[in-house]
Amino acid sequence: MADTSDHLDGNCLAGPLSEILALEPTTAWWRCPQCARSGPLAGLHVYGPEPGLTARCPGCAYIALRLVRQGEHVWLTVGGGTGAFRFRVTP
Amino acid sequence: MTSFSPGFRGRARPLADRLPPGQYPTEAFPVLSTGPTPHVPTAAWDLTVTTEHGETRRWTWDGMMELPQQDTVQDLHCVTRWSRFDTRWRGVPLDVFLEDLETAAEHVVVESHGGYTTNLPLADLLGGRAWIAHTYDGHPLAPEHGGPARLLVPHLYLWKSAKWVRALRLTTTNEPGFWESVGYHDYGDPWREQRTWGD
Repeated sequence: MADTSDHLDGNCLAGPLSEILALEPTTAWWRCPQCARSGPLAGLHVYGPEPGLTARCPGCAYIALRLVRQGEHVWLTVGGGTGAFRFRVTP
Repeated sequence: MTSFSPGFRGRARPLADRLPPGQYPTEAFPVLSTGPTPHVPTAAWDLTVTTEHGETRRWTWDGMMELPQQDTVQDLHCVTRWSRFDTRWRGVPLDVFLEDLETAAEHVVVESHGGYTTNLPLADLLGGRAWIAHTYDGHPLAPEHGGPARLLVPHLYLWKSAKWVRALRLTTTNEPGFWESVGYHDYGDPWREQRTWGD
């Protein structure tokens, strides 16, 4: 799997996700649909921050979510698909 | 056989005229990644081009290296605002891979090892403006920069120049790629500052 020098852990998603989620996000539980590994969001491997954040399964690198902050908008995809939600947030 | 793309022997344009709006010049070559760096041996590398009818062409590494090669010097512009001038590449123009294809497709989805994708108009891969690049500054392209081979489309923001390219899929509809589906521009012209959806 990936070495530890090229990514951050999922705790770095706390700030960007808290703009659109009412609950503290890093303790959320996630199960990988590809390798069945499970664990907290804080344990994901996060690549970025630019052009955006890509959070992957620490076991098989399957994409858990992608998040892009552009001005007053946050774009979010959950999973590996290409359908994104765009949220308006306070700049 | 080697040829040189126009401009290879240097440009008279002052650097300020070569810097698109909102960019800053850098001597560095930053690495931005969306996942673990794929390590693809050239013995296992291939490139496929598939039309909307399902016609597929395939090149192995050795097959690609037997194609007409071209050296080119290009300025790179990243949407994260850095620009790097006079980067020296060697590769095969996309015109060679796409020659005489029977297609009505106007779009291409570029697919990479690691799952990255990007979409761009087919026309932007033609006319000597795009390459499958395998050599950078006289050396085999390093994995962190997309080696063994990457797409090079320097007239668009660098996220279009997909690293670790493995397939080109010609499509009749425009299918947003990895970054295009989360707010980045479908076309990405740095001179028109087409960074994000709506620019």
